[in-house]
Amino acid sequence: MTAETVISCKNAWKIFGADPKKYLRSMPAGLSFDDIRADGYIAGVKDVSIDVTRGEMLVIMGLSGSGKSTLVRCFSRLHDITGGTITVEGQDLMSLSEKELIELRRNKMGMVFQSFGLLPHRTVLENVAFPLEMRGQDKHARRERALEVVKLVGLEGREEYFPRELSGGQQQRVGIARSLAIEPDIWFLDEPFSALDPLIRREMQDEFLRLQGMLGKTIVFITHDFDEALRLADRIAIMKDGAVEQCDTPDQIVLNPATEYVRKFTEEIDKARVVRAGVLAQGQVMGEGEPVEASASVQDLARLLVQDARAVIPVAQSSKVIGGMDRAAALEILLEAS
Amino acid sequence: MADITSDLKADTTSPAQWSRSKWASVLLLVAVVLTTLRYGGLLPDSLHRIPEAMIPPFAAWLDVFFNFVKDDLGLLTLTRTLTEGLEWLLDITANLMFGKRRWPFIGPIPWTAVAGVAAVVGYHLGGWRMALLGAGTFIWTALIGQWTIAMETMSVLMVAAPLAFFIGLGLGILAWKYAAVNRAIKPILSVLQTLPFFTYLLPAVIFFKVGPTAGAVATTIYAIPPMILMTTLGLQKVPSEVVEAGNMSGCTKWQLLRHVYLPSARTEILVGVNQVIMLCLAMVVLTAFIGMPGLGAKLLAMMGSFKLGRSFEIGVTIVLLAVTLDRMSKAWVVRQPVHFERGTPWWRKHIVLLMCIGVFVFFCIAAQFVQVFAEIGRKQNFSQGKEIDTLIKGFLALDPVQNTTQAIRYVLNVWILNPFRDFLLSIPTPAFILLVVAFALSLGGGRPAIYAAIFFGLVALSGWWDRSVITLYSVISAVTLALLIGVPLGITAARSEKWSQRVLLACDTAQTFPSFIYLIPAIMLFGITATSVVMSILIFAMVPLTRYTIEGLRTVPPEMTEAADMAGATRMQKLMKVQLPLALPTMAVGFNQAIMFAFFMVIIAAFIGTQDLGQELQRTLAGTDLGKNFVLGICVSLMALTFDLTIMKWATERKKALGLPD
Ligand SMILES: Nc1ncnc2c1ncn2[C@@H]1O[C@H](COP(=O)(O)OP(=O)(O)OP(=O)(O)O)[C@@H](O)[C@H]1O
Ligand SMILES: [Mg+2]
Repeated sequence: MTAETVISCKNAWKIFGADPKKYLRSMPAGLSFDDIRADGYIAGVKDVSIDVTRGEMLVIMGLSGSGKSTLVRCFSRLHDITGGTITVEGQDLMSLSEKELIELRRNKMGMVFQSFGLLPHRTVLENVAFPLEMRGQDKHARRERALEVVKLVGLEGREEYFPRELSGGQQQRVGIARSLAIEPDIWFLDEPFSALDPLIRREMQDEFLRLQGMLGKTIVFITHDFDEALRLADRIAIMKDGAVEQCDTPDQIVLNPATEYVRKFTEEIDKARVVRAGVLAQGQVMGEGEPVEASASVQDLARLLVQDARAVIPVAQSSKVIGGMDRAAALEILLEAS
Repeated sequence: MADITSDLKADTTSPAQWSRSKWASVLLLVAVVLTTLRYGGLLPDSLHRIPEAMIPPFAAWLDVFFNFVKDDLGLLTLTRTLTEGLEWLLDITANLMFGKRRWPFIGPIPWTAVAGVAAVVGYHLGGWRMALLGAGTFIWTALIGQWTIAMETMSVLMVAAPLAFFIGLGLGILAWKYAAVNRAIKPILSVLQTLPFFTYLLPAVIFFKVGPTAGAVATTIYAIPPMILMTTLGLQKVPSEVVEAGNMSGCTKWQLLRHVYLPSARTEILVGVNQVIMLCLAMVVLTAFIGMPGLGAKLLAMMGSFKLGRSFEIGVTIVLLAVTLDRMSKAWVVRQPVHFERGTPWWRKHIVLLMCIGVFVFFCIAAQFVQVFAEIGRKQNFSQGKEIDTLIKGFLALDPVQNTTQAIRYVLNVWILNPFRDFLLSIPTPAFILLVVAFALSLGGGRPAIYAAIFFGLVALSGWWDRSVITLYSVISAVTLALLIGVPLGITAARSEKWSQRVLLACDTAQTFPSFIYLIPAIMLFGITATSVVMSILIFAMVPLTRYTIEGLRTVPPEMTEAADMAGATRMQKLMKVQLPLALPTMAVGFNQAIMFAFFMVIIAAFIGTQDLGQELQRTLAGTDLGKNFVLGICVSLMALTFDLTIMKWATERKKALGLPD
């Protein structure tokens, strides 16, 4: 697969403090987060290199204060990075002029904020229409569009409310609607569903999956919720103290944690739900009989794994056998969970 | 409780403080020695006061400078041009409000229309009570026969306040955006806020002609500083995510300011509007001193000729106007937008505007047919000036009353005020400066001490030392008396929640009164005498003292008083050992404000006949002596700033040490 890189981040640093640029230049290599803090600086993003390809959903996870929001803010240049480079669609972010940056944001980017960032003096409808207004769209068209997305997030009938008159979850949906209104190519979602009830949360997840699948949107998604991450992610990046510990597909993260921290972090997850047959398929021995789908998780196959007597079960992707799955290994994963 | 008090003690004996107070004592000692030498006749005159010959002619230099700016740089032509624009605006409002014969020749607006609109706006902002207040104020003004003079005042206010708002907003935005502007503006603002208002007046007269224009200019300049401060504050407080949301929506810089920053800073900006209006009102009344007609001029004339009844009535009008404007603008601050249900018809959404127009038009038409709706004639008004006058004077002439006021006057003057003044004047200049520096050092530390030395040194060099000392004497004695009354009052009120609320409300209301008002009761009781000066300052300065005492005591965390209760402290012990020490930093803020108020008031009181800087300042108003006017003004400002810097430094340090919020 030759996917096109949309966001490319190379050795990016974001340091908070009095004179971060100077500090970074004079800093010896290999300082830890705590060393930097001892010098009176905070490493919000620490030497991060990551590429996001078109149409991908990258989920960023990590403890509170690990730098997730900061990293995403660097991607959208709400923060100027201290060192390294970030390119978006081939343009070096830091070299953009103000005008080019505004153009990029108007036409390509959208963001949902962790604490919503609603304008307090505007109604729901006016908040949602705000990005459209800034682009100079005419009043009628932007009202139409805003009404449409307000309905989509289930806030029909509250168009004229002010943010302060809404509950937390409703406010969050206004934030989501605002970014949906412009359907950007690149989407930054900072814990966009944290305040929603499970029902709406699922609806919203489906909506974003639909948009991603249908329109090939690139999405960077921050969440604290593993279920959500597993549902949405193509890849998961796990952050700690500003650095990305590991960035890989969900199966790889649970099967082959790169560091002790990642292992601990993913300990609680039910691996049987994450690991898919395709990952366990090995090239050498194909096995015989009816194949199973590569996209099926170990949990999906639980009954078969217990009842089937074959040692190796063939795994097929789009009706073509790609390898064999060792039944004992799969059972091991299944049992480990319970 | 034990650890709180030991904390406090530990704090005061830390090494830095030790050396501070040691140094202060040394300075104090030198001052005492110098003064004793002087009393013994051993100190040469040249060390007692700076000899005339050594005083640099600041005033002349300033005059040269002003003349250069005025004529050679052509500032006068510029300001005269500005004057024309301003005059045009003032003529419009003057025509509308009280029918001055100028374009657009449609005024005056009937008083009933104004009162009606005030009622609608009041109802919209604060329900029936506010409606009553708004309408009542204007009805009173009309019925008492002061409509025209009140509208003369309002017509200037209506130009000055918006002007101050826009200039303040603009400068506030610049100061927030550019750190350099902020740095440049800060010291100017603090000087402007301590500069006596007479110093605003003369340049206004010279550059902008006598009358309403000069009044409007002085008023505007006076009201700008708080608007700048509030704008900057509000813009800084906009949550970063809201700004980022704006950025991500692709706002340009201008769009960000217009659609994100300014609306989000609404509350602070509206607080600024409230302050602008109140300061404008306070100042516009004072422009009476440069001959601006209106409520202030009338009050000044009435007080000057000791017509107490009319003074009282005008005082009530001014107070009512102040309270109305303050309450309404404050109600506007807390008012948040509320949505309309869907399908609300157009007219319902704009009901307030429509009602205003309706009421306005109705009364304008009605006034065409019913004369009293348009204007209350000379013979028709309900002024009881004469009767009140006789009543008050009769009351004052009662033996017990007269004896009391006489006694107070005698005790104050002969035993306290005059000896204190003579004592202060007997201190040699260097010793006096040392005393002030010692005070600044022991309270505020090194930096305020240096400022104190420089500032008071400059005052000494200005050649107005004796008058400055007399000014200071009035301030100190009045504030001390105010302390003796205001603080116990605050402490007593703070005992119960109900009384705290009441007294706080009274203080809040009193603080909205234009300072001029405070002269009325003083003059009523003590006539046009030096005691009145001290008394008016006393009343004026008591307000912040009482208020901050209550607030300070109320902010003491309840755990601490409870801890004291559990330790078995008596009420007195609790107060002295726990509450007061913790409330002291807040009370110091009130003390500082009291001193600033006192400096302000002492200058106004000049017209009663004082011997201080204010008197000289007032005299300059009659001429074109800009240099002298500025030297005098700066003297007042420098003295006030010294106290301001020292006390505020102490209060913030102390708050930090005690872990109290700012
Ligand atoms: N503007 C700033 N100035 C200084 N430090 C900052 C700033 N923004 C973030 N930080 C610091 O950077 C670190 C990372 O913060 P960040 O907001 O990215 O965390 P997060 O992973 O998003 O946490 P959460 O899950 O709580 O949202 C924190 O230690 C924070 O204190
Ligand atoms: Mg975050």
